[in-house]
Parts: sequence; structure tokens; C-alpha cells
Amino acid sequence: MTSLSAVSRRDALCLTAATIALAPGLARADVAAVEAELKKLYGDKKAGSGKIKIDVPQIAENGLVVPINVEVESPMTEADHVKAVHVFADGNPLPGIASFRFTPACGKAAASTRMRLAQSQNIVAIAEMADGSLFSTKSEVKVTIGGCGG
Amino acid sequence: MSNKPVPRVRVPANAKKDELIEIKTLISHEMESGQRKDSAGATIPRKIINTFTAVFNGKTVFEATWHPAISANPYQSFFYKAAESGEFTFQWKDDDGSVYETKAKLTVA
Repeated sequence: MTSLSAVSRRDALCLTAATIALAPGLARADVAAVEAELKKLYGDKKAGSGKIKIDVPQIAENGLVVPINVEVESPMTEADHVKAVHVFADGNPLPGIASFRFTPACGKAAASTRMRLAQSQNIVAIAEMADGSLFSTKSEVKVTIGGCGG
Repeated sequence: MSNKPVPRVRVPANAKKDELIEIKTLISHEMESGQRKDSAGATIPRKIINTFTAVFNGKTVFEATWHPAISANPYQSFFYKAAESGEFTFQWKDDDGSVYETKAKLTVA
């Protein structure tokens, strides 16, 4: 298999510089925008706490590449599994980050990716279980250099 | 930066039955957010990969929807509980309609 770490260093640097130089002050999503997104997905249904865990750095030096890992406790059987996890940010120009759709074949409801954060803000994640119940959690990330020119 | 995206995936070649394996994927792509402006002040149009799908022997295992907040050269990892030998098909769908695809075999003992 090819190596995962072989992303061109020059490309990464170019993009970093360009992003910092070019993006001016932009409208920010806020807590209300995240709530509106959640409402669009699940209406007024309340989410419980627990079961879902987001793993993000407390302090991110580079807002362009912030690792995030979400994990939901679940046996991942046909009857009881995690259907989806949605991740939002309340301080980016747009609230959406990513949505993950799991199946029982995953065996474990966990996924990692890397995101851009414009400024220090809260990351909100919500998990939808097979029985329709919801669980959410929130985690703050402090960003030293914003990923959207912030 | 406008080179053709190159997908890279890491899937173990062998696994024991019911073993949980982690699959790591990466694709080179600028993930232009649609938020940036060029030197003339015009907004650079959005061009990101919006969907990633992992299919094993024809059955979808995992799917991710990405928003512009996903970093350039997007990375995605997830798990798979090894049930049978077969082949993964990974697909990345671009805003411009392109689909990038790669495959990887898994042997379950």
C-alpha cells in the first residue's frame, strides 16, 4: 500500500499561505446557526448526553488542519447501532463540518478526519441511533492561527 | 494544485474473522472552500469533494458527507469488522461531478 503521509509539503504550505493572505473578515456561523442546522435534521427532538465523545486538541496551532475523532458507544448490531453522526462548528463561516453514516458492518462507531477552524470555537457533535434516540456533546478548541484567514 | 486527485488508502491485507480493522484514507485535493477571494477580490468558487463512500463486496459500509470546513487533502478513517474476504471500493465525489475511485482487497482467515 502507498504511504498516507506523502501529501506534498509544498502544496500544504502554498495553501496555508494563500488562505491566510486572501480571506478577509467573513460572516461567522454562530450558536444559532448550529441550532438551526440541528432543528433542520431532527426538529425539536432533545438529545441526551453521554455515549458520544469528540476528541479534538484543546489548543490548535494551525486552524487549517485540526484533527477530530468522534466515537460513539454502541454494540453496532442490526438492532442497536449508530446510524449517523453530524459535526458542527459555531465559529466558522458555515456551521457544517461533516456527517458520518455508519452501518453495523463497521463494528465500531468511530471516525477521524481533519477540519478547518476559522477561530476558537465550540465543536458540536450529535449521534443518531438506530432507535431514533439522539446523543450530543460539545468541545471547545482554541485556535492560534485561523484556518479561514481569521 | 490542479493535478488529478490521487487517492491513498491503507487497508490491512489480512484479518481474522470478527477482527476490527481501521481503514485510513487520504486523497490529494485542494478542497476550495468557496470562502476565499482572489487578488482581484472575486470569490473563488467552491470546489470540494462532498462525499466519501466505502463499499465492501457491493454493500455500503461507511459514508461521509464533507462540508467546506474539511481540510485540504482530506483524511478519513473508520472501522470495519472483518466478516468475509472481498474487496473494498472507495469513492470520492467531487463538486464538479468527477468521481475518484480506488480498490483494496482484504483476506479474512
